[in-house]
Amino acid sequence: MPKLDIGKGGECVKDTQWMRKNHMHMLKHQRDETVHKGNREGSSLKDCIECHASIKDDSVIAREDSFCVACHKYEAVKLDCFECHSGLRKSAWLKRDAK
Amino acid sequence: MSDIDFQRRNFLKTAAGAALVTVAPGMLLFDVAHGKQIEAGKVRWGMLIDTAACKPGCNDCVTACNKENGLSGGTAATDSQWIRKIEIKDISSGREVSLPMMCQHCEHPPCVDVCPTGASFKRADGIVLVDKHRCIGCRYCMMACPYKARSFVHEPLHDQNPDVPRGKGTVESCTLCVHRIDQGGQPACAEACANKVILFGDLNDPNSEIAQKVKAVVSTQIRADLKLNPGVRYQGL
Repeated sequence: MPKLDIGKGGECVKDTQWMRKNHMHMLKHQRDETVHKGNREGSSLKDCIECHASIKDDSVIAREDSFCVACHKYEAVKLDCFECHSGLRKSAWLKRDAK
Repeated sequence: MSDIDFQRRNFLKTAAGAALVTVAPGMLLFDVAHGKQIEAGKVRWGMLIDTAACKPGCNDCVTACNKENGLSGGTAATDSQWIRKIEIKDISSGREVSLPMMCQHCEHPPCVDVCPTGASFKRADGIVLVDKHRCIGCRYCMMACPYKARSFVHEPLHDQNPDVPRGKGTVESCTLCVHRIDQGGQPACAEACANKVILFGDLNDPNSEIAQKVKAVVSTQIRADLKLNPGVRYQGL
């Protein structure tokens, strides 16, 4: 099993096993809710990143053992989200942007 | 499109809706979505642009847009431009006008009509957007738009604003800063303009500043002959 950097971690919206199996369905549902209906409440990719971005580099995709990358690499599932979405924690992005 | 088409579409929508809801008494086929919802026809976001107050050479709205949405600020054919400053001159009188030009957020958007995948769509509150999850980058919408408002992303991007996802191979345009509007804010360009040229608000709310002003002053829609009913109106053209 891959060892991954879970960031802040803590209690998620559902238990770990459920999330492992179903996180993609949640993301897909939420993307239509947000893009088409403007509903930005509830779970979102941004919220996932907020908790799970590494404490070290504020990213879910920067390293081999980053939260998203580690499993997706192990399972050989291509990760498309971050072609467009930022993998950085918003607060970290703001800090970087201000420089 | 004629009125008959619209009515037919509305009839079909209502019929389909009624059929869905009444499959069995007390049973709903779909889960009623939680959270805040935008209702169709209730809000119509729009802008009124006072060209008399717009200073030639001032680029503050464009700069603010570029910063907010993470655009490079380049003006080459392959660079994304969501808002442009345009200087026009009436040759016979010599009168010059300066104005910002962006997606006009039409009520009947041609970009939505031509989109083969349903990526180009109009939100219930009148904002015309690209769902980049569905965009295949065919660029029909760019050809259909009479305002030249849309851009195509040619190169891979990095370090996007977490609130404004953008990526290679998709078409994009002014979103009216939808991420700010959903949070109760206003578009970056309207906020940045020192001369208060861009008035943003709800055209459907008779008490809003923009609705009052649209009622009181002469304003025009660009290419009104196309009957697209843009949400962006210009004053003093």
